[in-house]
Amino acid sequence: MGIEQFIDNEVKANDVVLFMKGTPQFPQCGFSGQVVQILDHLGVAYKGLNVLESADLRDGIKAYSNWPTIPQLYVKGEFVGGCDIVREMFQAGELQQALKDAGVAVAAQA
Amino acid sequence: MAMDAGEIERLIKEGIPDAQISIKDLAGDGNHYSATVIAASFSGKSRVQQHQLVYQALKGQMGGVLHALALQTGTPG
Repeated sequence: MGIEQFIDNEVKANDVVLFMKGTPQFPQCGFSGQVVQILDHLGVAYKGLNVLESADLRDGIKAYSNWPTIPQLYVKGEFVGGCDIVREMFQAGELQQALKDAGVAVAAQA
Repeated sequence: MAMDAGEIERLIKEGIPDAQISIKDLAGDGNHYSATVIAASFSGKSRVQQHQLVYQALKGQMGGVLHALALQTGTPG
């Protein structure tokens, strides 16, 4: 299976997917770590994919979304953004709304 | 390898002529910047699309030579 197919399957099979450097338990990049913190704060269940494990994945994801950096957050198969956008949306309360609109469970008070 | 703020500004201006740009060097290493890009031509575009326009203007430098560019985009007024 080609890398693009792999990525496509992952973003469609999981409600929330975070392509990141490292793992949710051990983020290996400040930007990835910030998105992990936000998702954990919101109590959102998500799948972390470590792009450091595969150069194909690391390059493939950038081509897939036409986005040059990592991390990349996907909700219900849609690219939401990188660290800046996720943080901006979170601070504006838009991320919570977008997740609820997509039918993704979010911790009550977040 | 690094980029200086002036070059980043020039590239963005070339790609988005009506952009008002302010750039801050976060680490002094030519690799970590924050940039605010305000352009009327962004109107009607999502944040992702706005950021993609800036990345395109940077002609593939983003994520390679330029490791970190914290972006803030929007439309004037």
